[in-house]
Amino acid sequence: MPSPAAAIDARGVSKVFRGDGSADLKALDDVSVTIRENEFFTLLGPSGCGKTTLLRLIAGFEFPTEGTIRLYDQDIALLPPYLRPVNTVFQSYALFPHMTVGQNIGFGLEMQDKPKREVAARVDEMLRLVRMEDLKDRLTSQISGGQQQRVALARALAPAPKVLLLDEPLSALDLKLRKEMQIELKRLQTETGITFVFVTHDQEEALTMSDRIAVMSKGRILQVGTPRDIYDHPEQRFVADFIGEANLMTGEIAATTADVAQVRLVSGAAISATLPAEARPTGKVTVMVRPEHAEIVASTASATLTGTLESTVYFGTDTHFNVRLADGTAFVVRRQNDRKEGRQLDPGTPVGVLLAERAAQVLRD
Amino acid sequence: MSKAQDIIKAAERRDLRSRWLLSAPSLLIIFVAAIGPLAVVVLYSFMVKGDYGDVKYWQFSGEGWFSVLFERGLFDDSISLADAHLSILWRSVKISIITTIVTLIIGFPTAYFIATRPPNRRDLWLFLITIPFWTNLLIRTFAIQEVFRNEGVLNTALIRTGLLEKPLQIMFTDGAILLGIAYVYLPLMVLPLYASLEKFDFRLAEAASDLYAKPGRVLRRIILPMVKPGLIAGSILVFIPSLGAYVTPRVLGGGKHLMLGNLIELQFGQGRNWPLGSALSISLTAIVMLSLLVYVRASSKSGARSHG
Repeated sequence: MPSPAAAIDARGVSKVFRGDGSADLKALDDVSVTIRENEFFTLLGPSGCGKTTLLRLIAGFEFPTEGTIRLYDQDIALLPPYLRPVNTVFQSYALFPHMTVGQNIGFGLEMQDKPKREVAARVDEMLRLVRMEDLKDRLTSQISGGQQQRVALARALAPAPKVLLLDEPLSALDLKLRKEMQIELKRLQTETGITFVFVTHDQEEALTMSDRIAVMSKGRILQVGTPRDIYDHPEQRFVADFIGEANLMTGEIAATTADVAQVRLVSGAAISATLPAEARPTGKVTVMVRPEHAEIVASTASATLTGTLESTVYFGTDTHFNVRLADGTAFVVRRQNDRKEGRQLDPGTPVGVLLAERAAQVLRD
Repeated sequence: MSKAQDIIKAAERRDLRSRWLLSAPSLLIIFVAAIGPLAVVVLYSFMVKGDYGDVKYWQFSGEGWFSVLFERGLFDDSISLADAHLSILWRSVKISIITTIVTLIIGFPTAYFIATRPPNRRDLWLFLITIPFWTNLLIRTFAIQEVFRNEGVLNTALIRTGLLEKPLQIMFTDGAILLGIAYVYLPLMVLPLYASLEKFDFRLAEAASDLYAKPGRVLRRIILPMVKPGLIAGSILVFIPSLGAYVTPRVLGGGKHLMLGNLIELQFGQGRNWPLGSALSISLTAIVMLSLLVYVRASSKSGARSHG
């Protein structure tokens, strides 16, 4: 398969932090991942999953206990940060408080001993890029959080790094500003054509901005894929749970074709479900269905699943129907609200659930 | 309306009066303990010296101040510069400046080391730094003498190992005084530097290194500018007492290499010239205040530049 050049290629990377009298901490456990040129790649996971450690290994603030990290075919695993053509936007921004906005942005170029005139021109260009021309001579303590964020971005982009690393850069901003910056970041990535490696614990952020996402947990990468892949076809229970909501049901594989299996659920109903990549599970499996990939109907006759409606919860944009299936498992159906006043379903009434095409996904357990 | 204003004004007056009353005890102590004695010394410096020490009260003369810089010939009235005083003054300033630089060079890495230990270990290191303070200064100085003298620990070791044939003369040199003072005042440099470094956000050093700054440049461009308050405080704390050092030059300089403190002591003792001693004391205070002024000016100016 011809694929774009790999900007970063990590192979078998492990990182163990030697415990201080206590047990050692294995922050990364045999991680391998390839990040392509010009892509917006997100490391997504809960705190402590190792995503920031992986970023710090790429930046050079830590060195791997095992494994190799290549940047465009150059092994960088043991290079100090100042020898790597990689720049970082820090969670705390880490702007230099004794320098002006302009001096902060020019710092990287100055350290590369670029001529003064070139530095000045590049600083002005960066200020235009993040729309901060007026604030060049301000101290970084005299500008707002959102502006500091832009300065941090401009400072990291100014030396034109081969890869830009972003460590939860939006987490300190309020919701409205965060939405703005999400769009801004995506624009910057497209305009500069630089590979972005973005670390976040916010699934929405990951889904809206990324070209591809790697979901991490406990020092391992569980699944790598496009936002749609990850959301529609999570291959592991953790991924299904961490991103969005998931209905989980147990069943048994009845038959498999290329990548689809016929699964007989405990309730007796048979559904077709997508198999995880390169997996041929047999016997008991768990099947996942997203709440909005199912539809609730009043008649139980032709429905795939049947049960009793326990409650409905109104969320403004949509409504959640909490159904108790015949075999006792809880199942949530989400329906987008519209102006039509559909027939009301009362709690306690028997209902049917229809599944959309390829809605069900078999998990790798 | 005007009545309300009157009430507010009265309350303000009461407030002011109670503030003065409350601060009266400390003001009294400052006056009696600091300004009073200084005034006495100034007064003495302008009196005629007594024949056996002391002064002739209420007989005023400028002779004390005159003798700070000049001396009269023994047999005629020729006036010449007091070379001895000037060389002592120069030695004091020189030794104090070098001491400040030496303690900076040793103290900065020490403070940096402590500030980068895990938080629960730092207290132990700080505690170790303070251990020399447990012993009296005089005893510590004699201990240094035991190390430096010709038959001392250092020379014996060097001769035994064959590195030297005859003992190195360390005692009774400016170098010995310098090492002694630097040793004594080193903690006064380390502690304020540590206080600054401990507050330093080392993520800034990471950020600089990420932006292609090699370690030396991270130090010069990021760390040093940000710990400047600690550098200034430490330098002041070392420079001022070094200038007035008495015990260390007395013991390690052996009476031949005097510093200002020894010269002043001499006037009140064997020299029996109290006006001169007083004038020298005031001169020392003036030098200290002047250098402080220069320092503060210089540092605030460079501060203003980086803010500009």
